[in-house]
Amino acid sequence: MSGFGNAFSSSIGKKFIMGITGLFLILFLIVHCGINALIFISDGGLTFNVGAHFMATNWIIRAGEIVLFIGLLAHIFQALRLTLQNQKARPVKYAVNDGKANSKWYSRSMGLLGTLLLIFLVVHLKDFWVVSRFTGIPTVDANGHEDLYAVMKEKFQDPVRVVVYVLAMFSLCYHLLHGFASAFQTLGWNHSKYNGIIKGAGVWYSVIISILFAAMPIAVYFGLIQ
Amino acid sequence: MSTGNMNLTLKVWRQKNNNAKGALVDYKLADISPDMSFLEMFDVLNEQLINKGDEPVVFDHDCREGICGMCSMFINGRPHGPKDLVTTCQLHMRSFKDGDTIVVEPWRAAAFPVVKDLTVDRSAFDRVIAAGGFISVNTGNAQDANNLPIPKMQADAAFEAAACIGCGACVATCKNASAMLFVSAKISQLALLPQGQPERYRRVQSMVAQMDAEGFGNCTNTGACEAECPKGISLENIARMNRDFASAKFISEETV
Ligand code: HEM
Ligand code: SF4
Ligand code: FES
Repeated sequence: MSGFGNAFSSSIGKKFIMGITGLFLILFLIVHCGINALIFISDGGLTFNVGAHFMATNWIIRAGEIVLFIGLLAHIFQALRLTLQNQKARPVKYAVNDGKANSKWYSRSMGLLGTLLLIFLVVHLKDFWVVSRFTGIPTVDANGHEDLYAVMKEKFQDPVRVVVYVLAMFSLCYHLLHGFASAFQTLGWNHSKYNGIIKGAGVWYSVIISILFAAMPIAVYFGLIQ
Repeated sequence: MSTGNMNLTLKVWRQKNNNAKGALVDYKLADISPDMSFLEMFDVLNEQLINKGDEPVVFDHDCREGICGMCSMFINGRPHGPKDLVTTCQLHMRSFKDGDTIVVEPWRAAAFPVVKDLTVDRSAFDRVIAAGGFISVNTGNAQDANNLPIPKMQADAAFEAAACIGCGACVATCKNASAMLFVSAKISQLALLPQGQPERYRRVQSMVAQMDAEGFGNCTNTGACEAECPKGISLENIARMNRDFASAKFISEETV
C-alpha cells in the first residue's frame, strides 16, 4: 500500500491542498503588490519597469511562475470540487436558514467570491500577462526597458475596466478576510497564543493588499501619478 | 399542564416516510404557557391532533434534560432554536413572543435521511464511532486513579470534548453539512488522554474515512457549528484532528 494512502483524497487532505495553495497565493500577492506599488513613486514608471523587467527575465521568478500557475489551478480545481461535493451533502435545502446568526456571510460565500476572482483573473491575465509574455510590449522607456507602465496607463483609461478591477478587489478582500485565518485553522494551527495574531494579521493583510491594488487603477485613471 | 396566554402559528415539516414528498403544514396553537418547554408545546399540539383523529407529529426526544442529544429540531433557521448552548428540550416558550410564527424543520443532510416528519436517521454517527471512537483495553481490576498522571489542563480539554452529546446540530447548521465538529470531539476526547494514545493515529484515519464515506460535506471553517453546538464544543478540536490526521498520513508508519 502506498505510504500516503488516501491522504489527499480525503476531506481533510483536500482542505490541506486548499490551505497550502491559499497561503502560497497570499505570499505571491505580497510580491505582486509590492512591485506594482512602485508606480506610486510617480517617476513615469521607470522604477516600476525595472521591477517588471526583473520579474520577466530572472529565471527563479520564471520558474516560480510555473509553480504559481500549478498552485492557482490546484486551488481552483479543489475549490470547485469541494463546493460541488458540499452542495450534494445537503440535497434538500431548509425553508428558513438563519445563517447570519452563526457565521459571517463571506465565510459562507467563498465559492462565489472565488468565482468572481476567477472571472477577474481571466480579464486581468489577458490585459497584462498575455501582453508582456506573448503579444509584446510596444514601447521602451528612457532606460531601454519594455514600458509596461505605458501599457497600464493605456488600459486604465477605460472607466469600465477601472470599475471591474476595483470591484474585484472587494471580492479579494472578503475572500481573504475569511481565507487567511481559515487556512491556518485547516492546517491545524489553532492555538490560544497565536489565534489573535493570525486573526489580526489576516484583517490587516486583506484590507491593505486590497486597498493598494484598488488604488492603482484609480490613481492612473484620475492622473494622480505620473 | 398549566395553560398560558400565547397564541402561535407553527409551520411544521410533515413527511410520511423517506421516499414521500414532504411539506410545511400550518397549525394554530392557543393558550400556550411561556413556561412550557418547546417539546411540551409539541406535546400539546400532538394531543390536539390525536383528539381530532389526525396523525401526531413524529419527533425524536428522550431525556428532556439536555444530555441525550435526541431532540433534533431546526427552529426558525437555527438548530435547537434561538438560544445559545441549549437543546430543544431545554428551550422554553418564553424565548418566543405571543403571535409568533415558528418554522420547524428536520435536520437536513444527505447523511441524515428523514425517517418521518422531524425524525432523521443519525446512525451515520454511530458508524463513525464504531470505526474507531473507542479504546481497546483488557478488562480486570480498575487501576488506581493516580497511576496515569494527567495535567489538569489536558484533562479539562478532554472533558470539554467529551461533553458532545452527538445531537448533530453541527451538521444541521453547517452550510456544507460537515460532521467535522462531532468527529473531532470524539477523536479529541481520546487523543488528549494517555489511554487513547496506542490507537491515536489509526483512529483518526479510520474515523475520518468513515465520515467521508457517510457523505458528510467538507469543512470550510465558517464556525457555524461551534456557534450552534449546545455543548460549546470548540473549533480547536477540528484543528487538533487535522494535525493528528497530517501526522498519521505523513509521519506515522501505520496506514489504515
Ligand atoms: C481564482 C479563483 C479562486 C477561487 C475559485 C477560490 C475559491 C476558494 C474556495 C471555494 C475556498 C474554500 C473555502 C474555505 O475553505 O473556506 C477558498 C479558500 C481559500 N482561498 Fe481561494 N479562490 C480563488 C482564488 C484565491 C486567491 C487569488 C487567493 C489568494 C490570494 C485565495 C486564497 C484562499 C485562502 C487563503 C483560502 C482558505 C483555505 C482554507 O480554508 O484552508 N483564493 N478559495
Ligand atoms: S459537536 Fe456539539 S452540535 Fe455537534 S453533535 Fe456534538 S454536541 Fe451536537
Ligand atoms: S431530549 Fe435529550 S437532549 Fe433534548
